[in-house]
Amino acid sequence: MSVPRAPGATGGWRAWLLDDSPGSRAQASAGRAYRLGTALLRNPLAVVGALIVLGLVLTAAFAPWIAPESPIGQDLSNRLLAPSAAHWMGTDELGRDIFSRVVHGARITLTIVALVAIISAPLGLVIGAVSGYFGGWTDRVLMGLTDMFLSLPKLILALAFVAALGPGIENAIIAIAITAWPPYARIARAETLTFRSAEFISAMRLLGASHTRIIARHVLPLCTSSLIVRATLDMAGIILTAAGLGFLGLGAQPPLPEWGAMISRGRAFILDQWWVATMPGIAIIVVSLGFCLLGDGLRDVLDPKHDDA
Amino acid sequence: MSAALSVQALSVRYGGTAVVSEASFSVATGESVALVGESGSGKSTILKAVLGLVPEWDGRIEVFGTARGHRPDPRVARHCQMVFQDPYGSLHPRKSVDAALVEPLAIHGLAERDARIEAVLEDVGLDRRFRYRFPHQLSGGQRQRVAIARALILEPQLLLLDEPTSALDVSVQAGILNLLKRLRAERGLSYLLVTHDLPVASFLCDRLAVMQRGAIVETAPVATLRDGAFDHPYAQTLYAASRIDDEAHPA
Amino acid sequence: MTMRDPGSDSALLRVEDLRVSFPGASRAAARIEVVRGLSFTLGRERLGIVGESGSGKSMTGRAILRLIRAPGRVTAARLQFDGVDLPGLPERGMRALRGARLSMIMQDPKFSLHPIMRVGRQIDESLTLHESLSRRERKSKVRAMLEAVRIDDPDRVAKLYPHEISGGMGQRVMIAMMLIAQPDLLIADEPTSALDVSVQASVLQLIDDLVTERGMGLILISHDLSLVARFCDRILVMNRGQVVEACDAARLHHAVHPYTRGLLAAVPRLHETRSTLPVLDRDERSST
Repeated sequence: MSVPRAPGATGGWRAWLLDDSPGSRAQASAGRAYRLGTALLRNPLAVVGALIVLGLVLTAAFAPWIAPESPIGQDLSNRLLAPSAAHWMGTDELGRDIFSRVVHGARITLTIVALVAIISAPLGLVIGAVSGYFGGWTDRVLMGLTDMFLSLPKLILALAFVAALGPGIENAIIAIAITAWPPYARIARAETLTFRSAEFISAMRLLGASHTRIIARHVLPLCTSSLIVRATLDMAGIILTAAGLGFLGLGAQPPLPEWGAMISRGRAFILDQWWVATMPGIAIIVVSLGFCLLGDGLRDVLDPKHDDA
Repeated sequence: MSAALSVQALSVRYGGTAVVSEASFSVATGESVALVGESGSGKSTILKAVLGLVPEWDGRIEVFGTARGHRPDPRVARHCQMVFQDPYGSLHPRKSVDAALVEPLAIHGLAERDARIEAVLEDVGLDRRFRYRFPHQLSGGQRQRVAIARALILEPQLLLLDEPTSALDVSVQAGILNLLKRLRAERGLSYLLVTHDLPVASFLCDRLAVMQRGAIVETAPVATLRDGAFDHPYAQTLYAASRIDDEAHPA
Repeated sequence: MTMRDPGSDSALLRVEDLRVSFPGASRAAARIEVVRGLSFTLGRERLGIVGESGSGKSMTGRAILRLIRAPGRVTAARLQFDGVDLPGLPERGMRALRGARLSMIMQDPKFSLHPIMRVGRQIDESLTLHESLSRRERKSKVRAMLEAVRIDDPDRVAKLYPHEISGGMGQRVMIAMMLIAQPDLLIADEPTSALDVSVQASVLQLIDDLVTERGMGLILISHDLSLVARFCDRILVMNRGQVVEACDAARLHHAVHPYTRGLLAAVPRLHETRSTLPVLDRDERSST
């Protein structure tokens, strides 16, 4: 049994990861991840995007320690103060420190984005892959379903949900997820169609693999790169949709510091106390941009033509 | 001892056209037979029908005495496997060599996976260090060896080969042909080879079946290639065309 | 290795020390040279360049037509077409040469023809780029060219799209497109590899006839030694970017270089009696 070269010697880790003849599955996977990572880091814009996203995650994780004040503590004597050393982003109409609210709002944003992605992407992936793999009536029915959901406008559907179930973050997430999955189905289907009649799929069939096994273990892995890229780019859209819902009062309810809701309430003061609405707006822009840049970088790196790992 | 493969009056139609008409032939156990013809002659379709990849056909196909149905059958898979033409398309791009070889073992619930994988890689002449590589890190010849390993890991006795070397360079082709010949001798395999290249058939096979537009027009032993004493005019044309190329080589 | 000049200074193409390189796998790695110091002279004759994949033969053709873009790099001590120094030409000058005087046929008409443009229009475009003729004159030239490549019913075929015609016909269309502006030199890169065996011979014969009729020079690039031996006057055998053998086609049997002899021996014969085929020596075991 060949012993994989042990890391730790001079040039150790890197040589081990880039070894042309990996000695184990773990080494091969680690090597691939390393190559993708280094390729990504070569793109400066992607690095910026990655840092922003990382910043979002860290801010959300350590919000209570980063925020100087409570996001919901009112202090009416300090209403509508301009940005200063004491309040980096000023205070809002109830005297709450906007910076603290923005920081805590990062948690809400991250939660919404993560949950929507986790619900909609795999759902769309499976539907699209099954549809593309089987073709025929399965394809027609599933794609018809996809088209139906694709034509539902997100905000109108959210309104319908709210009317039925009441406002709140959970319902907002469900509403967005329900309208977010169709594009993933389309992508997965398109990818599946490109290799559905490839010989490696035929080879699996004649080795005796069932359709389920083929879809789960052979088709889905090939769709994941486009899906990851699409999901990352979609994050920006999801954030904006959630902000839109919050703006309409349909998402997170007060006093939760959701960024869209904050902009909405800041509307009333936009002319004289611009910071109340603008600060959360800037946060939204920066985070959306971060996801877009990261998504673009991932696309370049995961594109099979560029893939040399 | 039943024949490895028996095909009787096989007919396949796609739409209105007959792609294979009433083809009948057999491959005895341990024998190597070539289906020779140009593209469109239906030879690849016959292979696919034997494997269950053609949904509609008429006639009868028996693999080691058992009649087969119209869909891929895991039981037939243990006895009969195929090596595809295109080494670039027949391996999953995201699975390492090891993963590709584990798959058939996992599907059929076979144990001692490591041992079997190492044994089959050794058999096809691939060094251990190729085990965890991905297809894009392998050359065409190496990929084809992996494809052969994958076909052999279930230890079938009948191997179907669809133009296994036509996508490879000349020097690489020789290595793969040698490998296939050696494996057949070592394991007592039966081969059904599909090719448009008469010299390849001459090297690997005992008998030829010449196909034209879906029908088998002549079967003859490979020794007939020495003087080209074919009966059917199409077989003679094919032989004559191959002779021109052959003459460019030194004796 | 330099070839003896077959004619005089009227050589159509002179190549001296052609080198093509591409960047290595990472920024630190050395550049990879795919063509390493290739030299030859071509008159109005047929030259075959034979090699396996990775030998650099296709890159040679592309380098001559200056189709290799950054990060690929092409250098040559001399690269002269009919007295014109090619590397010194601006892109505009190169464009004027391509199609009109120097042409290339590629391997697979499925990929080399524009998929959503009618075939007749694609051939016409070739003409439009290099000659100014009236529409009627162009139409009759296109028809004449389609007839010259032995396509029956040229008017009907001209209105078809590439996916509606067979591989052999697609390649003939490609030939028509590339020869309609009457170039002096044709580079054919594996022109028949993607075609059915039965069609290969007729397409090659067509190229052969046209080249002879028009007094053109031909560079035929292929991996098939016997094919090249049949259709060319001279042969260059390439391996890993270098020419290992240069000989007249008729004397291929007397090739001396072990690589060429190995290639010739490795192909199975029509009546094969050997129990194993000789395999070319490679660096590592089973690295083929």
